[in-house]
Amino acid sequence: MPFVSPKVFAKQTIAAVQEYSILSWHAVANMFSRPRYWADIFTQMDSIGVGSMPIVVLTGFFTGCVLALQSATSLQQFGAVSMTGNLVALSMVKELGPVLTGLMVSGRNASGMASEIGSMKVTEQIDAMRALGTDPLRKLVTPRLYATIFMLFFLTILSDAVGIAGGALVSVSLLGLNASSYFHNSYRALQYGDVVQGLTKPLFSGFIIATVGCYFGMNTKGGTQGVGRATTQAVVISSVFIIIVDFVVSRAMIGIFGR
Amino acid sequence: MTQTMPEDLDSNRPQESRNDAGAGEPVVVVDDISITFDVKPVLQNVSFTVQRGETRIILGPAGGGKSVLMKLVNGLIKPDSGSIHVFGENVTAMPEVQLFKLRGRIGMVFQESALFDSLSVEDNVAYRLHADGVPEEESHRRVVEALQFVELEQTMEKFPSELSGGMRRRVSIARAIITKPDLILYDSPTGGLDPITSTTIVDLVVKQRDVSHTTSLLITHRLQDAFLLARSRFNTATGKVDPIPDNGIDDSTKFLVLNEGQVVFDGTTRELVGTSDPWLKEYLS
Repeated sequence: MPFVSPKVFAKQTIAAVQEYSILSWHAVANMFSRPRYWADIFTQMDSIGVGSMPIVVLTGFFTGCVLALQSATSLQQFGAVSMTGNLVALSMVKELGPVLTGLMVSGRNASGMASEIGSMKVTEQIDAMRALGTDPLRKLVTPRLYATIFMLFFLTILSDAVGIAGGALVSVSLLGLNASSYFHNSYRALQYGDVVQGLTKPLFSGFIIATVGCYFGMNTKGGTQGVGRATTQAVVISSVFIIIVDFVVSRAMIGIFGR
Repeated sequence: MTQTMPEDLDSNRPQESRNDAGAGEPVVVVDDISITFDVKPVLQNVSFTVQRGETRIILGPAGGGKSVLMKLVNGLIKPDSGSIHVFGENVTAMPEVQLFKLRGRIGMVFQESALFDSLSVEDNVAYRLHADGVPEEESHRRVVEALQFVELEQTMEKFPSELSGGMRRRVSIARAIITKPDLILYDSPTGGLDPITSTTIVDLVVKQRDVSHTTSLLITHRLQDAFLLARSRFNTATGKVDPIPDNGIDDSTKFLVLNEGQVVFDGTTRELVGTSDPWLKEYLS
């Protein structure tokens, strides 16, 4: 990668942020005017939501398992192994469910969006779409954005549920806890603010995954090598953004709900 | 070419009534446009006009800015300076939303076909019809007609990856002409094809020119294709493309030659052949 002067780098960065903001704004606003591509939205929901279910279920389940296993070791020192359900539920719903689901979906779909749209860009299919009178942002980006936000919300709920179930399996089979007590503690641990916090995060993560993936796809240059570069950048940047935004949202929610 | 012209793509259609520009007004007016990519000037002070019914062949060595010029005419990119009027409308100052409407009257054949690889041939050709909400039955009928025109009706269910380069180019032509556009932009339709397939593509362009009299711009860097186009005509009686008798030349076909981003020739086939410009003479030899 060639070195550029700080001035050029700053200009490039600002231009990229500007382009990203414009793309994001149009992607959101397009939903409020015609034409709307509902068929594409449902196709993307199937591809992003249903297609990501296996990895989300597996990740969530084993995260819950390992969380129960690790927390039991610490809780044992205080004679509080029975609180395992409490800890697993809070951790999964507030933090690990939303973040890990976001990262998993980012790895699978931000890369998919960047490579699919990037391939279309380098083979002039995006230009062909414009030449045929179709707005590529409306046709390609908006359906992916709304489908990702909508499906990530439900994927996170699924991840939370299987995570708590995984924690239950470990607690009952390996730690010898009572299943009823585990679920009772889990249920009692969660308050309204925790659930709101956990379900607000996927809305932001979904936005980041779709807009970053599509932004790098739409700005792909340099043939197949460029497609590979765009894919890598989309995954890296969306993953970092998800974690940064997770911190910001957590802080805001703690400010609002006090926990 | 043994295929007769499909009725729907036939002549006698009210092409002029769809044009906003007056009957005598040029369809395309390129006025003093320049564009630079990074620090490299790609086009410098390029000006020319294309009259209604004219086929303008844009010739020139590779890397001379021909494809960029084509994208500028379709409003896909904006020039740094100058203006382009298509059907009397300034595409350089037009917002993208209005350009989408204008492009409904322009068909474009891309250099590498640019077919949507996730769609079948039928869906590719019918793309614009589907976007316009044309009923499926009518859409299918028009796709069949357009594919018959390029003699590829048997490929309807196939995907672009299953077609050869020449077939993809022909499907791309079918996609461009299905809405009966008032202007067709051919970006190197014969580029990268073998001579026989290139001749097939040129024959299709000749057929479209002589039957529909559609205004068109065609890029090529192959002189033989350009002169074949200028010296051939479509015989409606036989349904074949024949050479014009007595070394005749089609009057509606004109040339624009670009070299290193500048216009070095703008005129008729006869003027091009009789040029005294040393660079052009060498290029044509």
